[in-house]
Amino acid sequence: MFDASIKKRQASRPWGQWSLRAVALIYLSAMLLLPLAAVVSDGLSGGIQGLWQDISRPAAMAALRLSLWTAAVMTGINTVMGVLAAYVLVRYRFPGKAFLNALIDVPFAIPTLVTGLMLVVLYGPQTAIGGFLDRRLGIDIIFAPPGIILALLFVSFPFVVRTVQPVLTEIDLDQEDAAATLGASSWTTFRRVLLPALAPAVISGALLSFARALGEFGSIIVVAGNFPLRSQTAAVYVLSQIESDNQRGASAMSVVLLAMAFTLVFVVDFIQRRQERRNA
Amino acid sequence: MREPKGWVPKLLIGIAVLYLAVLILLPVLAIFQGAFAQGAAVFFESLNDPQVIAAFWLSIQLAIAAVVINTIFGTTVAWVLVRQEFFGRAFFNALVDLPFVVSPVITGYMVILLFGRQGWFAPLVKATDTQIAFAVPGMLLVTVFVSLPFVIREVMPVLREIGHEPEQAAHTLGASSWRTFVRVTMPGIRWGLLYGISLTLARALGEFGGVLVAGGAVTGKTETATLYIFAALDERQYISAYAVAVVLALFSFTVLIGMEILRKRTEITQ
Repeated sequence: MFDASIKKRQASRPWGQWSLRAVALIYLSAMLLLPLAAVVSDGLSGGIQGLWQDISRPAAMAALRLSLWTAAVMTGINTVMGVLAAYVLVRYRFPGKAFLNALIDVPFAIPTLVTGLMLVVLYGPQTAIGGFLDRRLGIDIIFAPPGIILALLFVSFPFVVRTVQPVLTEIDLDQEDAAATLGASSWTTFRRVLLPALAPAVISGALLSFARALGEFGSIIVVAGNFPLRSQTAAVYVLSQIESDNQRGASAMSVVLLAMAFTLVFVVDFIQRRQERRNA
Repeated sequence: MREPKGWVPKLLIGIAVLYLAVLILLPVLAIFQGAFAQGAAVFFESLNDPQVIAAFWLSIQLAIAAVVINTIFGTTVAWVLVRQEFFGRAFFNALVDLPFVVSPVITGYMVILLFGRQGWFAPLVKATDTQIAFAVPGMLLVTVFVSLPFVIREVMPVLREIGHEPEQAAHTLGASSWRTFVRVTMPGIRWGLLYGISLTLARALGEFGGVLVAGGAVTGKTETATLYIFAALDERQYISAYAVAVVLALFSFTVLIGMEILRKRTEITQ
């Protein structure tokens, strides 16, 4: 793509090109790199050992563990349901499909705080559903892990669907038909023909939803509240440390969360670039 | 695409519809029901409150400012990342996605670490007698940060699709860079740009955790619509919280419908 003509054009009027590049890179550096550097340097000011000391406190560990396992459960459910929804939307014609397709984007547009509020209105202990679950089945949703998982499922539902959908559209129905003609069951066809082709998109979407979930705050503070050791997630823990003026605790947890987010983003970027190269 | 034949496809469709209905539609309906539980009069009355109006006004101002900043710089960044080749391009390209996965709380915390009392720029803040952390400018920084990727991510694929030949042709024919941008690049990317702006606007209006930390949620000063909801919940003014939430949700739906129309439009022009 970047052939000789681009190079030549860049050489023919360097000042305009360079100043645009400078504006773009300074903007990205000032807006993204600088704040990042501030958090990382503060979190690592006591060295790795200091960081470990701050992060190994019981409340911090409990918060991190809660965030990780609820995000993992969500990612599992979200991956299965996301692939299913994408498959149904791409392959079949049925009434109400356009509405269903529009519904998928709702979590992207609705403020996450409002999401949390919606779940409390629906599942709170005073409501019909929440009261039933609490009294009859002994399941607490609000202020408990199930509420956190529900909130995470809501806010990250679009990730898997929207990464899988375009890839599925590209794959010809002929391949599935050929497999079926040759006697493969629909499950075998799915596993042997579709899944290998979809795998990079599915993994990317799943990792992005996991990364998104680790940092989720607005819906969780409403649904789960802020009870240390019980329903406090990592992001809420950061808030509680800021509020109690414990900068070291806040920075340590921030660095851990950022490191995980960074790793996931670069893994996804790697998967996608490898896929593009293969398609090219 | 085909008609669902047999029980397996029908079962799959049933599961997908049921899952989305329970997970997304039901909570949305619940909050509308909650907001109108005591009638429409109470709903509108709780919106017609000076504190609510002030909160909405601050949200709108922050969102518009973020849209303007991210439209100008976002388009520039997208153009540079697509049209130029330089050392570190892949790194900056990956960096753009960062706000998607950084917790909003940490975003707000960054503002405090940079501009707070012991922040990196504390001397500068003191010397110029401005307040950034725990004030509106800090909230603006957060809003710009969280909504930064949208314009870039929507404009980049469109720019790539168009290719550099039209711009090159205009330039060869003697058009200035600015004229080339206005007459050739802009018409090509306008729908993608508009799409990105809609997403930026929706994200900016809905921001909560970051503005909570960076602004401190002071009533009448640094209280946005989302922060108002949070405060109202704390004071057990549920109808008021639900009403403001419903207005934000309605706005989100408007943006979604607008984007759906935009998407149809871009599909037709392509």
